[in-house]
Amino acid sequence: MNTATKVRFWGPAVLAVLLVLCWALPVLASGGDAASAAAAAMPADGHPWWFWPTALLFFCFILGIIAVLAGVGGGVLFVPLVSGFFPFHLDFVRGAGLLVALAGALAAGPGLLKRNLASLRLALPVALIASACSIVGAMVGLALPTNVVQICLGGTILFIAVLLLVSKNTVRPEVKKQDAISVALGMDGVFIEPSTGEVIDWKTHRTLPGLLLFIVIGLMAGMFGLGAGWANVPVLNLLMGVPLKVAVGTSKFLLSITDTSAAWVYLNQGCVIPLMAIPSIIGLMLGSFVGVRLLAVAKPKFIRYMVIGVLLFSGGKALLKGLGI
Amino acid sequence: MSNQSVKASPEQVVYANLLYYGCWGSLAIMVVTYLIYVMGILPPHIPLDTITQLWSQRVGVYLSQGNVPTGWGWATLILQGDFLNFIGIVLLAGMTIICYLTLIPAFLKKKDPLMATIAVLEVIVLTVAASGIFGAGGH
Repeated sequence: MNTATKVRFWGPAVLAVLLVLCWALPVLASGGDAASAAAAAMPADGHPWWFWPTALLFFCFILGIIAVLAGVGGGVLFVPLVSGFFPFHLDFVRGAGLLVALAGALAAGPGLLKRNLASLRLALPVALIASACSIVGAMVGLALPTNVVQICLGGTILFIAVLLLVSKNTVRPEVKKQDAISVALGMDGVFIEPSTGEVIDWKTHRTLPGLLLFIVIGLMAGMFGLGAGWANVPVLNLLMGVPLKVAVGTSKFLLSITDTSAAWVYLNQGCVIPLMAIPSIIGLMLGSFVGVRLLAVAKPKFIRYMVIGVLLFSGGKALLKGLGI
Repeated sequence: MSNQSVKASPEQVVYANLLYYGCWGSLAIMVVTYLIYVMGILPPHIPLDTITQLWSQRVGVYLSQGNVPTGWGWATLILQGDFLNFIGIVLLAGMTIICYLTLIPAFLKKKDPLMATIAVLEVIVLTVAASGIFGAGGH
Protein backbone atom coordinates (compact mmCIF):
# COMPACT_ATOMS: atom_id res chain seq x y z
CA MET A 1 0.00 0.00 0.00
CA ASN A 2 1.58 3.34 -1.02
CA THR A 3 1.28 6.52 1.05
CA ALA A 4 -1.57 8.02 -0.96
CA THR A 5 -3.57 4.78 -0.79
CA LYS A 6 -2.94 4.51 2.95
CA VAL A 7 -4.16 8.08 3.49
CA ARG A 8 -7.18 7.40 1.24
CA PHE A 9 -7.97 4.24 3.22
CA TRP A 10 -7.30 5.44 6.76
CA GLY A 11 -8.33 9.10 6.31
CA PRO A 12 -12.09 8.47 6.30
CA ALA A 13 -11.80 5.88 9.09
CA VAL A 14 -9.89 8.32 11.32
CA LEU A 15 -12.35 11.08 10.48
CA ALA A 16 -15.28 8.80 11.36
CA VAL A 17 -13.78 8.08 14.79
CA LEU A 18 -13.15 11.78 15.34
CA LEU A 19 -16.72 12.51 14.23
CA VAL A 20 -18.08 10.29 16.97
CA LEU A 21 -15.68 11.90 19.46
CA CYS A 22 -16.79 15.38 18.31
CA TRP A 23 -20.32 14.46 19.21
CA ALA A 24 -19.84 12.26 22.25
CA LEU A 25 -17.21 14.10 24.27
CA PRO A 26 -18.96 17.46 24.61
CA VAL A 27 -22.25 15.73 25.38
CA LEU A 28 -20.62 13.59 28.08
CA ALA A 29 -18.66 16.57 29.41
CA SER A 30 -21.77 18.71 29.76
CA GLY A 31 -23.61 15.82 31.42
CA GLY A 32 -20.95 15.54 34.10
CA ASP A 33 -21.58 19.04 35.43
CA ALA A 34 -25.17 18.17 36.25
CA ALA A 35 -27.98 20.64 36.47
CA SER A 36 -26.15 23.92 37.11
CA ALA A 37 -23.98 23.73 33.98
CA ALA A 38 -26.90 22.55 31.87
CA ALA A 39 -29.06 25.40 33.06
CA ALA A 40 -26.28 27.93 32.44
CA ALA A 41 -25.72 26.60 28.92
CA MET A 42 -29.40 26.61 28.01
CA PRO A 43 -30.09 29.13 25.21
CA ALA A 44 -33.36 30.87 24.49
CA ASP A 45 -34.79 28.00 22.39
CA GLY A 46 -34.55 25.59 25.33
CA HIS A 47 -31.87 23.31 23.88
CA PRO A 48 -28.37 22.88 25.38
CA TRP A 49 -25.51 24.38 23.32
CA TRP A 50 -24.48 21.05 21.81
CA PHE A 51 -27.94 20.22 20.45
CA TRP A 52 -27.87 22.16 17.17
CA PRO A 53 -24.20 21.39 16.26
CA THR A 54 -24.94 17.69 16.84
CA ALA A 55 -28.14 17.85 14.80
CA LEU A 56 -26.23 19.69 12.06
CA LEU A 57 -23.46 17.07 12.03
CA PHE A 58 -25.91 14.22 11.39
CA PHE A 59 -28.10 16.29 9.05
CA CYS A 60 -25.05 17.17 6.91
CA PHE A 61 -23.95 13.52 6.94
CA ILE A 62 -27.28 12.56 5.33
CA LEU A 63 -27.07 15.58 3.02
CA GLY A 64 -23.60 14.47 1.86
CA ILE A 65 -24.94 11.02 0.92
CA ILE A 66 -27.92 12.47 -0.97
CA ALA A 67 -25.80 15.10 -2.75
CA VAL A 68 -23.41 12.48 -4.16
CA LEU A 69 -26.23 10.16 -5.22
CA ALA A 70 -28.10 13.00 -6.91
CA GLY A 71 -24.98 14.43 -8.55
CA VAL A 72 -25.33 17.91 -7.05
CA GLY A 73 -22.95 19.91 -4.86
CA GLY A 74 -23.47 20.02 -1.11
CA GLY A 75 -23.82 23.81 -0.98
CA VAL A 76 -26.94 23.93 -3.14
CA LEU A 77 -28.80 21.69 -0.66
CA PHE A 78 -27.11 23.01 2.48
CA VAL A 79 -28.03 26.71 2.25
CA PRO A 80 -31.79 26.45 1.63
CA LEU A 81 -32.34 23.50 3.97
CA VAL A 82 -30.21 24.68 6.89
CA SER A 83 -31.54 28.25 6.67
CA GLY A 84 -35.07 26.83 6.57
CA PHE A 85 -34.90 24.29 9.39
CA PHE A 86 -32.13 25.42 11.76
CA PRO A 87 -32.04 28.53 13.97
CA PHE A 88 -28.95 30.05 12.31
CA HIS A 89 -29.14 33.41 10.54
CA LEU A 90 -28.71 33.32 6.75
CA ASP A 91 -25.39 35.24 7.05
CA PHE A 92 -23.78 32.31 8.93
CA VAL A 93 -25.49 29.66 6.81
CA ARG A 94 -24.03 31.21 3.64
CA GLY A 95 -20.56 31.41 5.25
CA ALA A 96 -20.74 27.74 6.27
CA GLY A 97 -22.30 26.81 2.89
CA LEU A 98 -19.32 28.22 1.03
CA LEU A 99 -16.88 26.35 3.28
CA VAL A 100 -18.87 23.13 2.80
CA ALA A 101 -18.79 23.53 -1.00
CA LEU A 102 -15.12 24.53 -0.86
CA ALA A 103 -14.08 21.52 1.25
CA GLY A 104 -15.93 19.13 -1.07
CA ALA A 105 -14.37 20.68 -4.16
CA LEU A 106 -10.85 20.72 -2.69
CA ALA A 107 -11.13 17.07 -1.65
CA ALA A 108 -12.33 16.01 -5.12
CA GLY A 109 -9.83 18.19 -7.03
CA PRO A 110 -6.67 16.02 -6.80
CA GLY A 111 -8.31 12.87 -8.19
CA LEU A 112 -10.00 14.76 -11.02
CA LEU A 113 -6.82 16.60 -12.00
CA LYS A 114 -4.66 13.47 -11.97
CA ARG A 115 -7.11 11.56 -14.19
CA ASN A 116 -7.35 14.53 -16.56
CA LEU A 117 -11.10 14.73 -15.88
CA ALA A 118 -10.59 18.33 -14.76
CA SER A 119 -8.70 20.53 -17.17
CA LEU A 120 -6.44 23.17 -15.68
CA ARG A 121 -6.27 25.06 -18.99
CA LEU A 122 -10.06 25.19 -19.24
CA ALA A 123 -10.52 26.08 -15.58
CA LEU A 124 -7.95 28.86 -15.20
CA PRO A 125 -9.49 31.59 -17.42
CA VAL A 126 -13.04 30.71 -16.34
CA ALA A 127 -12.03 30.69 -12.65
CA LEU A 128 -10.43 34.12 -12.92
CA ILE A 129 -13.71 35.64 -14.10
CA ALA A 130 -15.94 33.69 -11.70
CA SER A 131 -13.77 34.23 -8.61
CA ALA A 132 -13.44 37.99 -9.18
CA CYS A 133 -17.22 38.26 -9.64
CA SER A 134 -17.96 36.08 -6.60
CA ILE A 135 -16.21 38.70 -4.42
CA VAL A 136 -18.66 41.29 -5.75
CA GLY A 137 -21.54 38.83 -5.25
CA ALA A 138 -20.52 38.18 -1.64
CA MET A 139 -20.30 41.92 -0.90
CA VAL A 140 -23.69 42.57 -2.47
CA GLY A 141 -25.24 39.58 -0.67
CA LEU A 142 -23.99 40.77 2.71
CA ALA A 143 -25.10 44.36 2.10
CA LEU A 144 -28.67 43.54 1.05
CA PRO A 145 -31.48 43.17 3.61
CA THR A 146 -31.99 39.54 4.70
CA ASN A 147 -35.53 39.29 3.30
CA VAL A 148 -34.35 40.42 -0.16
CA VAL A 149 -31.60 37.77 -0.13
CA GLN A 150 -34.14 35.16 1.04
CA ILE A 151 -36.48 36.03 -1.84
CA CYS A 152 -33.65 35.92 -4.41
CA LEU A 153 -32.35 32.68 -2.88
CA GLY A 154 -35.81 31.10 -3.04
CA GLY A 155 -36.20 32.15 -6.68
CA THR A 156 -32.74 30.80 -7.55
CA ILE A 157 -33.36 27.46 -5.82
CA LEU A 158 -36.67 27.05 -7.67
CA PHE A 159 -34.87 27.88 -10.93
CA ILE A 160 -32.19 25.26 -10.16
CA ALA A 161 -34.89 22.64 -9.51
CA VAL A 162 -36.50 23.38 -12.89
CA LEU A 163 -33.04 23.38 -14.55
CA LEU A 164 -32.30 19.92 -13.10
CA LEU A 165 -35.67 18.72 -14.33
CA VAL A 166 -35.46 19.95 -17.92
CA SER A 167 -31.76 20.14 -18.84
CA LYS A 168 -30.49 17.28 -20.95
CA ASN A 169 -26.72 17.34 -20.87
CA THR A 170 -24.90 15.85 -23.83
CA VAL A 171 -22.32 13.17 -23.11
CA ARG A 172 -20.16 14.17 -26.08
CA PRO A 173 -21.23 17.43 -27.77
CA GLU A 174 -20.17 17.96 -31.36
CA VAL A 175 -17.74 20.88 -31.81
CA LYS A 176 -17.04 21.44 -35.50
CA LYS A 177 -14.70 24.40 -35.22
CA GLN A 178 -12.69 25.62 -32.27
CA ASP A 179 -13.10 29.41 -31.99
CA ALA A 180 -10.22 31.91 -31.84
CA ILE A 181 -10.43 32.56 -28.09
CA SER A 182 -10.47 28.85 -27.38
CA VAL A 183 -7.38 28.36 -29.59
CA ALA A 184 -5.57 31.26 -27.91
CA LEU A 185 -6.32 29.93 -24.41
CA GLY A 186 -5.62 26.31 -25.39
CA MET A 187 -9.07 25.15 -24.27
CA ASP A 188 -8.79 21.62 -25.61
CA GLY A 189 -7.57 18.29 -24.37
CA VAL A 190 -7.73 14.54 -24.35
CA PHE A 191 -9.12 12.10 -21.82
CA ILE A 192 -9.71 8.37 -21.57
CA GLU A 193 -13.32 7.24 -21.17
CA PRO A 194 -12.91 4.79 -18.25
CA SER A 195 -15.89 2.60 -19.21
CA THR A 196 -14.67 1.90 -22.77
CA GLY A 197 -10.98 2.82 -22.67
CA GLU A 198 -11.60 5.12 -25.66
CA VAL A 199 -9.33 8.15 -26.08
CA ILE A 200 -11.48 11.23 -26.60
CA ASP A 201 -10.37 14.61 -27.98
CA TRP A 202 -12.29 17.68 -27.00
CA LYS A 203 -12.23 21.40 -27.72
CA THR A 204 -14.54 24.31 -26.96
CA HIS A 205 -16.60 26.66 -29.10
CA ARG A 206 -18.82 29.67 -28.24
CA THR A 207 -16.11 30.54 -25.72
CA LEU A 208 -16.89 34.27 -25.39
CA PRO A 209 -20.58 33.85 -24.40
CA GLY A 210 -19.49 31.04 -22.08
CA LEU A 211 -16.94 33.28 -20.35
CA LEU A 212 -19.51 36.08 -20.05
CA LEU A 213 -21.98 33.73 -18.36
CA PHE A 214 -19.37 32.98 -15.71
CA ILE A 215 -19.72 36.61 -14.59
CA VAL A 216 -23.32 35.83 -13.59
CA ILE A 217 -22.36 32.45 -12.11
CA GLY A 218 -19.65 34.06 -9.97
CA LEU A 219 -22.03 36.76 -8.73
CA MET A 220 -24.66 34.20 -7.72
CA ALA A 221 -22.13 31.86 -6.06
CA GLY A 222 -20.88 34.71 -3.87
CA MET A 223 -24.28 36.19 -3.15
CA PHE A 224 -25.99 33.00 -1.97
CA GLY A 225 -23.04 30.84 -0.83
CA LEU A 226 -24.43 28.00 -2.92
CA GLY A 227 -21.47 26.73 -4.87
CA ALA A 228 -22.24 26.80 -8.57
CA GLY A 229 -21.90 23.31 -10.03
CA TRP A 230 -25.54 23.46 -11.10
CA ALA A 231 -24.67 26.35 -13.43
CA ASN A 232 -21.08 25.46 -14.37
CA VAL A 233 -21.94 22.10 -15.93
CA PRO A 234 -24.67 23.29 -18.37
CA VAL A 235 -22.52 26.24 -19.53
CA LEU A 236 -19.40 24.12 -20.05
CA ASN A 237 -21.27 21.20 -21.59
CA LEU A 238 -24.25 22.57 -23.51
CA LEU A 239 -22.87 25.97 -24.50
CA MET A 240 -19.12 25.49 -24.82
CA GLY A 241 -19.21 21.88 -26.03
CA VAL A 242 -17.06 20.25 -23.33
CA PRO A 243 -17.71 16.48 -22.91
CA LEU A 244 -19.94 15.82 -19.89
CA LYS A 245 -17.29 14.04 -17.80
CA VAL A 246 -14.73 16.81 -18.30
CA ALA A 247 -17.44 19.45 -17.69
CA VAL A 248 -18.46 17.81 -14.40
CA GLY A 249 -14.83 17.33 -13.29
CA THR A 250 -13.75 20.85 -14.28
CA SER A 251 -16.87 22.31 -12.64
CA LYS A 252 -16.04 20.62 -9.35
CA PHE A 253 -12.46 21.87 -9.56
CA LEU A 254 -13.69 25.37 -10.50
CA LEU A 255 -15.71 25.52 -7.30
CA SER A 256 -12.50 25.22 -5.30
CA ILE A 257 -11.36 28.51 -6.84
CA THR A 258 -14.65 30.44 -7.15
CA ASP A 259 -15.76 29.60 -3.63
CA THR A 260 -12.34 30.45 -2.19
CA SER A 261 -12.66 34.16 -2.99
CA ALA A 262 -16.27 34.39 -1.72
CA ALA A 263 -15.40 32.35 1.38
CA TRP A 264 -12.65 34.83 2.26
CA VAL A 265 -15.13 37.73 2.11
CA TYR A 266 -17.54 35.91 4.46
CA LEU A 267 -14.64 34.91 6.72
CA ASN A 268 -13.34 38.48 6.94
CA GLN A 269 -16.83 39.82 7.65
CA GLY A 270 -17.19 37.49 10.65
CA CYS A 271 -19.79 35.21 9.02
CA VAL A 272 -18.07 31.98 10.04
CA ILE A 273 -19.00 30.53 13.45
CA PRO A 274 -16.80 27.46 14.04
CA LEU A 275 -19.33 25.83 16.41
CA MET A 276 -21.71 25.34 13.46
CA ALA A 277 -19.38 25.52 10.43
CA ILE A 278 -17.05 22.65 11.37
CA PRO A 279 -19.75 20.01 12.07
CA SER A 280 -21.27 21.01 8.71
CA ILE A 281 -18.00 20.45 6.84
CA ILE A 282 -17.09 17.19 8.60
CA GLY A 283 -20.63 15.78 8.37
CA LEU A 284 -20.92 16.53 4.67
CA MET A 285 -17.45 15.15 3.86
CA LEU A 286 -18.18 11.87 5.65
CA GLY A 287 -21.60 11.66 4.01
CA SER A 288 -19.94 12.09 0.61
CA PHE A 289 -17.62 9.13 1.31
CA VAL A 290 -20.58 6.93 2.18
CA GLY A 291 -22.52 8.29 -0.82
CA VAL A 292 -19.72 7.32 -3.22
CA ARG A 293 -19.82 3.75 -1.85
CA LEU A 294 -23.62 3.62 -2.15
CA LEU A 295 -23.55 4.82 -5.76
CA ALA A 296 -23.21 1.26 -7.05
CA VAL A 297 -26.46 0.07 -5.45
CA ALA A 298 -28.54 3.27 -5.42
CA LYS A 299 -31.20 4.23 -7.94
CA PRO A 300 -29.88 7.62 -9.08
CA LYS A 301 -33.04 8.52 -11.01
CA PHE A 302 -35.22 8.21 -7.92
CA ILE A 303 -32.70 10.19 -5.81
CA ARG A 304 -32.52 12.87 -8.48
CA TYR A 305 -36.30 13.35 -8.48
CA MET A 306 -36.27 13.34 -4.69
CA VAL A 307 -33.65 16.13 -4.67
CA ILE A 308 -35.67 18.12 -7.20
CA GLY A 309 -38.65 17.76 -4.85
CA VAL A 310 -36.55 18.86 -1.86
CA LEU A 311 -35.24 21.86 -3.82
CA LEU A 312 -38.76 22.89 -4.85
CA PHE A 313 -39.88 22.64 -1.24
CA SER A 314 -36.89 24.47 0.29
CA GLY A 315 -36.91 27.11 -2.49
CA GLY A 316 -40.60 27.75 -1.87
CA LYS A 317 -39.97 27.94 1.88
CA ALA A 318 -37.12 30.47 1.40
CA LEU A 319 -39.31 32.53 -0.90
CA LEU A 320 -42.21 32.59 1.57
CA LYS A 321 -39.82 33.38 4.47
CA GLY A 322 -38.41 36.32 2.48
CA LEU A 323 -41.92 37.56 1.74
CA GLY A 324 -42.79 37.26 5.42
CA ILE A 325 -45.59 34.73 4.75
CA MET B 1 -6.70 12.14 -32.92
CA SER B 2 -4.94 14.88 -31.03
CA ASN B 3 -1.22 14.76 -30.41
CA GLN B 4 -1.88 15.82 -26.82
CA SER B 5 -1.08 13.45 -23.97
CA VAL B 6 -3.88 11.66 -22.17
CA LYS B 7 -1.78 12.02 -19.03
CA ALA B 8 -2.20 15.06 -16.81
CA SER B 9 0.47 17.72 -17.36
CA PRO B 10 3.28 17.89 -14.76
CA GLU B 11 2.02 21.21 -13.34
CA GLN B 12 -1.46 19.69 -13.00
CA VAL B 13 0.01 16.75 -11.04
CA VAL B 14 2.01 19.06 -8.75
CA TYR B 15 -1.15 21.11 -8.12
CA ALA B 16 -3.13 17.93 -7.37
CA ASN B 17 -0.56 16.56 -4.91
CA LEU B 18 -0.27 19.83 -3.02
CA LEU B 19 -4.05 20.15 -2.86
CA TYR B 20 -4.43 16.59 -1.61
CA TYR B 21 -2.17 16.96 1.43
CA GLY B 22 -3.23 20.55 2.13
CA CYS B 23 -6.93 19.74 2.07
CA TRP B 24 -6.76 16.65 4.26
CA GLY B 25 -4.24 18.33 6.58
CA SER B 26 -6.54 21.28 7.14
CA LEU B 27 -9.56 19.03 7.73
CA ALA B 28 -7.58 17.05 10.32
CA ILE B 29 -6.53 20.30 12.04
CA MET B 30 -10.18 21.40 12.09
CA VAL B 31 -11.28 18.22 13.87
CA VAL B 32 -8.52 18.47 16.49
CA THR B 33 -9.09 22.19 17.21
CA TYR B 34 -12.86 21.62 17.36
CA LEU B 35 -12.36 18.94 20.02
CA ILE B 36 -10.10 21.30 22.00
CA TYR B 37 -12.84 23.94 21.73
CA VAL B 38 -15.93 21.93 22.68
CA MET B 39 -14.15 20.00 25.44
CA GLY B 40 -13.17 23.30 27.03
CA ILE B 41 -9.42 22.60 26.98
CA LEU B 42 -8.94 26.22 25.87
CA PRO B 43 -11.57 28.71 27.06
CA PRO B 44 -13.56 30.33 24.21
CA HIS B 45 -13.72 34.06 23.51
CA ILE B 46 -17.55 33.85 23.33
CA PRO B 47 -19.11 31.49 25.90
CA LEU B 48 -20.98 28.56 24.34
CA ASP B 49 -24.33 29.60 25.83
CA THR B 50 -23.92 33.12 24.41
CA ILE B 51 -23.05 31.99 20.90
CA THR B 52 -26.26 29.98 20.63
CA GLN B 53 -28.18 33.21 21.24
CA LEU B 54 -26.12 35.19 18.72
CA TRP B 55 -26.13 32.78 15.77
CA SER B 56 -29.75 33.59 14.97
CA GLN B 57 -28.97 37.32 14.69
CA ARG B 58 -27.45 39.23 11.76
CA VAL B 59 -23.66 39.19 11.61
CA GLY B 60 -23.48 42.83 12.80
CA VAL B 61 -25.17 41.91 16.09
CA TYR B 62 -22.86 38.89 16.51
CA LEU B 63 -19.81 41.10 15.95
CA SER B 64 -20.83 43.84 18.35
CA GLN B 65 -22.35 41.75 21.16
CA GLY B 66 -19.73 39.02 20.91
CA ASN B 67 -16.91 41.59 20.63
CA VAL B 68 -15.66 39.70 17.57
CA PRO B 69 -12.98 41.29 15.37
CA THR B 70 -13.30 41.32 11.56
CA GLY B 71 -10.62 40.68 8.92
CA TRP B 72 -7.51 39.05 10.33
CA GLY B 73 -8.35 40.24 13.85
CA TRP B 74 -9.05 36.62 14.77
CA ALA B 75 -5.28 36.02 14.80
CA THR B 76 -4.99 38.05 18.03
CA LEU B 77 -7.46 35.63 19.68
CA ILE B 78 -5.78 32.47 18.44
CA LEU B 79 -5.36 31.07 21.95
CA GLN B 80 -9.10 31.19 22.60
CA GLY B 81 -10.84 27.85 21.97
CA ASP B 82 -13.30 29.20 19.36
CA PHE B 83 -10.78 31.19 17.34
CA LEU B 84 -8.24 28.36 17.41
CA ASN B 85 -10.55 26.71 14.84
CA PHE B 86 -9.65 29.40 12.32
CA ILE B 87 -6.23 27.78 11.76
CA GLY B 88 -7.78 24.87 9.84
CA ILE B 89 -10.42 27.04 8.16
CA VAL B 90 -7.87 29.59 6.95
CA LEU B 91 -5.52 26.85 5.72
CA LEU B 92 -8.42 25.30 3.77
CA ALA B 93 -9.37 28.66 2.28
CA GLY B 94 -5.71 29.44 1.51
CA MET B 95 -4.87 26.18 -0.30
CA THR B 96 -5.90 27.49 -3.73
CA ILE B 97 -3.53 30.48 -3.41
CA ILE B 98 -0.66 28.19 -2.40
CA CYS B 99 -1.39 25.81 -5.30
CA TYR B 100 -1.61 28.66 -7.81
CA LEU B 101 1.83 29.91 -6.75
CA THR B 102 3.32 26.66 -8.07
CA LEU B 103 1.68 27.20 -11.47
CA ILE B 104 3.37 30.53 -12.25
CA PRO B 105 6.98 29.24 -12.58
CA ALA B 106 5.70 26.05 -14.27
CA PHE B 107 3.94 28.03 -17.03
CA LEU B 108 6.90 30.40 -17.43
CA LYS B 109 9.19 27.40 -17.82
CA LYS B 110 6.87 26.05 -20.54
CA LYS B 111 7.06 29.47 -22.26
CA ASP B 112 3.32 29.98 -21.80
CA PRO B 113 3.13 33.65 -20.74
CA LEU B 114 -0.65 33.88 -21.21
CA MET B 115 -1.46 31.16 -18.69
CA ALA B 116 1.27 32.47 -16.35
CA THR B 117 -0.38 35.91 -16.48
CA ILE B 118 -3.80 34.39 -15.74
CA ALA B 119 -2.30 32.54 -12.77
CA VAL B 120 -0.69 35.78 -11.48
CA LEU B 121 -4.00 37.63 -11.82
CA GLU B 122 -5.83 34.86 -9.95
CA VAL B 123 -3.30 35.00 -7.10
CA ILE B 124 -3.88 38.77 -6.93
CA VAL B 125 -7.69 38.35 -6.87
CA LEU B 126 -7.57 35.68 -4.15
CA THR B 127 -4.98 37.58 -2.09
CA VAL B 128 -7.08 40.74 -2.23
CA ALA B 129 -10.13 38.73 -1.12
CA ALA B 130 -8.12 37.14 1.69
CA SER B 131 -6.58 40.45 2.80
CA GLY B 132 -9.90 41.74 4.10
CA ILE B 133 -9.72 44.91 2.00
CA PHE B 134 -13.25 44.16 0.85
CA GLY B 135 -15.68 44.85 3.59
CA ALA B 136 -13.83 43.79 6.74
CA GLY B 137 -15.76 45.87 9.19
CA GLY B 138 -19.14 44.22 9.31
CA HIS B 139 -22.40 46.03 9.20
